[in-house]
Amino acid sequence: MKTLHVATAAVAATMWAGAAIAGNAPGVTSTEIKIGNTNPYSGPASSYGTIGKSIGACWNWVNDTGGINGRKIKWISLDDGYSPPKTKEQIRKLVEREKVAFTFQTLGTPTNSAVHRYMNKKQVPHLFVATGATKWGQPKKFPWTMGWQPNYQTVGAIFGNYILQNYPQGKVAVMYQNDDYGKDYVIGMKRAMGDKYAKQVVKQETYEVTDPTIDSQIIALAGSGADVFVNISIPKFAAQAIKKMHAIGWKPAHILNDVAASIASTYKPAGLEKAKGIISVDFYKDPNDPEWKDDPETNAWRAWMDKYYPGGDKSNKMNAYGYAVCHTMIEVLKKAGNDLSRENIMKQASSLKEVHLPMLLPGMYADTSPTDFYPLEQMQMTRFDGTRSVRFGPLISAETE
Amino acid sequence: MALSDAKSVAMRPNPAHTAVLFGIKLPMWNLYLTVIGIAAALVLPFVVEGFTVFQLTQALVYAIAVLGLNLLTGFNGQFSLGHSAFYALGAYTAAIMVERYEVAFYWTILPAGIICFIGGFLFGLPALRLEGLFLALATFALAVATPQLLRYEHFEGFTGGVQGIDLFKPDSPIEFLGGDQWLYFVVLVCGALLVVGAWNLTRGRTGRAIMAIRDNPLAARTMGINTSLYKSVTFGVSGFYTGIAGALGAAVAEFVAPDSFTFFLSVWLLVGMVIGGLGSIPAAIVGGLFILYVPNISEALIGQVFGDDPSAKALIGVAFGCFLIFAVYVMPNGLAGFVRWFVARYSRPGI
Amino acid sequence: MDQFLQQTLSGLANGAIYASLALAVVMIYQAIDHFNFAQGEMAMFSTFIAWQLIAWGAPYWVAFVVCLAISFIGGMAIERIIFAPIHDAPALSHVVVFIALTLIFNAMAGFIWEFTIKEFPSPFPAELPFETKLIGPHEVGIVGITLIMLGMIYVFFRFTPIGLAMRAAAASPESARLVGISVKKMLGLGWGLAAAVGAVAGMMIAPVVFLEPNMMLGILLYGFAGAVVGGLTSPGGAVVGGFLMGVLEALAGTYVIGSELKLTFALVVIVAVLLFRPAGLFGRVVVQRV
Repeated sequence: MKTLHVATAAVAATMWAGAAIAGNAPGVTSTEIKIGNTNPYSGPASSYGTIGKSIGACWNWVNDTGGINGRKIKWISLDDGYSPPKTKEQIRKLVEREKVAFTFQTLGTPTNSAVHRYMNKKQVPHLFVATGATKWGQPKKFPWTMGWQPNYQTVGAIFGNYILQNYPQGKVAVMYQNDDYGKDYVIGMKRAMGDKYAKQVVKQETYEVTDPTIDSQIIALAGSGADVFVNISIPKFAAQAIKKMHAIGWKPAHILNDVAASIASTYKPAGLEKAKGIISVDFYKDPNDPEWKDDPETNAWRAWMDKYYPGGDKSNKMNAYGYAVCHTMIEVLKKAGNDLSRENIMKQASSLKEVHLPMLLPGMYADTSPTDFYPLEQMQMTRFDGTRSVRFGPLISAETE
Repeated sequence: MALSDAKSVAMRPNPAHTAVLFGIKLPMWNLYLTVIGIAAALVLPFVVEGFTVFQLTQALVYAIAVLGLNLLTGFNGQFSLGHSAFYALGAYTAAIMVERYEVAFYWTILPAGIICFIGGFLFGLPALRLEGLFLALATFALAVATPQLLRYEHFEGFTGGVQGIDLFKPDSPIEFLGGDQWLYFVVLVCGALLVVGAWNLTRGRTGRAIMAIRDNPLAARTMGINTSLYKSVTFGVSGFYTGIAGALGAAVAEFVAPDSFTFFLSVWLLVGMVIGGLGSIPAAIVGGLFILYVPNISEALIGQVFGDDPSAKALIGVAFGCFLIFAVYVMPNGLAGFVRWFVARYSRPGI
Repeated sequence: MDQFLQQTLSGLANGAIYASLALAVVMIYQAIDHFNFAQGEMAMFSTFIAWQLIAWGAPYWVAFVVCLAISFIGGMAIERIIFAPIHDAPALSHVVVFIALTLIFNAMAGFIWEFTIKEFPSPFPAELPFETKLIGPHEVGIVGITLIMLGMIYVFFRFTPIGLAMRAAAASPESARLVGISVKKMLGLGWGLAAAVGAVAGMMIAPVVFLEPNMMLGILLYGFAGAVVGGLTSPGGAVVGGFLMGVLEALAGTYVIGSELKLTFALVVIVAVLLFRPAGLFGRVVVQRV
């Protein structure tokens, strides 16, 4: 991407900044804070919609327990169907008509890309976007946008390092989803492995989200004779891969991305026995892992799901994700106190100091600074033993850039 | 058939009640409507907020694309599920010219249209042999392939790959017009020119040939109409319209990416065309407004009925589907068909 | 060579998936002379019904039969309630209603059953009687079921009075009415049967791709392509078309163009085929009388 026309942006910014300078942000009253969001509730990406729904349920809970500093949260979450032009329209509606104080957890890489500059031009906090792309942490160029989850490139780099350490002579096969999400992992792997990537990777395959099955890809990868398999796919295709690998008797070291590392939505449908030995990384608790059966935090989450999101699926890890990210926002708003200007919200969001969030793995925290817009950067590797994902090794904190 | 009824109504010679506007002969009531429409289109951006202007601009862009599709399907009888491809081609042409070659946006609109004309014409050639569902499949293939090609590794340097391309909408050169208002008028002028073009095209000799092919290909051929040429050219013109819509749409969204131009865009254009009415030029505006606003209305409705219940968000699709069915129930021939029916029913010649 | 054989067989197994849905597509095309865009979502919804019955404790075959019955009645109901009132609307208006149904079924399934992938049981034994790594038992099963359904549909349309009446009603409603066929009933029956065939397809597909509301999105695309390539008037052609899609896609992805563009490639080949056989490989060429 070329450098933006900074001058134009600056002129536009001064034109519009008026409203945001003095006092509280628009959408903030003594009793209410308006927060905007977009999610794909319809269309082919609708499975992600549960994140927006669980966050909505979280705000209902917040409001039932008295709100934040006496203010209730008004959560306006709109459907963009994962279509960037629609996102632009919905975001403009939120900012200009609904006059939300800020947006939170807008979902998707292409969708957020469509409003990235708009939000910064308007100087509206574009907080904790729900995508793992790397570009959400550029405080200099985009001071109003912040990511949340560990980014895909970091995870890719963790995989690359793992391969270098444990399989220095291994022949590697890679499969990834043919979009920004899949490609970011590969970029991370390449960054960590350097020229070893070209030497060790013997076969790469991609799939489209619309592919009915990935059998053909798995056969081709198995045929390459690789003994390490890096699998970057969503739960549906990860489960298919596990099944197919078992069926054709291909048994490489299987490294699976965190997106699909879920007992209920990947391993169980594929068959727990077949998923044994899968290596992955994680940063939050899988509520279906027996390890967290009696964990007080997870129990609180379960009780909350029962009461506030009864239609939601407790086996879906994304509902734990929504809960954790919602708590990040609660923390920021609590810290902001009664100074709810957009500047202060941004300032508080960029000065989180080792904040523990419910449902994060033990020892992990959110941490930001004015120069570090990546709240979560720690992960831990896991190995599935047939019933639970056993964590091993230290917390890996791959600081990005 | 409803379509032929409509034609007999529209073409009934009625000199006492016609007026001439931009060289177009119109019945009187139609003239009033047109004048009111134009006045409203000119005044609206000054009385509504910036965001609404933005929405209307987007609706106009869709309307142009729907008009392009309507020229092909409504007037020429060729079916297409592939117009998202032309829309994408136009949008990427504009974005690449603006971002990579620093061409002023206005100079990208016509090239986008021309490239899509060529694309449409070339695609129209093999499509000549295909009819009905088979043509649907061929165009469907085009729509499905488009995002894949835009993401393709070896074109990445050009298309920006999965990341897409950012571009700025043109600045307003007139002081009292904001950026949104200016873009609205740019789109409005383009749309008006294209409407006049479509009107002249369909009313003239060419238009009669195009429609004759729709109504009876065999008879058209017998009468000496070069059906292959006309069909390909119609495909090209349809592509031209949709490509211009794409270029304008790129400026409205200020961003292009493969995910903006999936097969679903083709579906929505088709829906807009049918709800507006086949073979009617003004209906395109209804189609554009429908595509933009009805999903929002469905969403608002679900919000009203279910309040803060998080699970209810999943029902937005149900509401939208019900609106579609309802629209077809009330107006099986689209709004244009409904109006024609209404006029034919209540205005008798001589009154 | 082993790799080539494996790819071909896996392509065939995928092809069986497409073929089974293509059959449902042809079924409805024979009955109403339209392609039903909502076919995939209807099949998905039927499969969810079966899944729910199994989750409530019903044995597989009970769930199977009940699901077929519900789908059959549901299909008829859709025709009676939704399509009968707009019977005279133009074809494209029907297409819009198909799109509406697609949206409604998809959203309803997401609302009721959520989006986490679900395991759907396979009715076939877990092991093949012979030792092979080339193809799994469920895959052999799908091919078998698809061929059985094909046989039944062929016999139905070719030899039974109802099947013939149904074809007549679709091809020429006016003449059919004159010879005493109730076109209304035939339409309803056609919808019911197509929904039931779709339900079988869904229940065969779900164990392979896992059950979730968007599972049919890609498959419908291939099923549609298969049906059109084979010829919409020929059930046998649709099955061949489906298998062709599967094999073509697997081999093109591996040997020709890479997995990134395999769908594009497969579609280009299909369009090329259509250019030389505009009515599909096995379709009847309709001769128009003037």
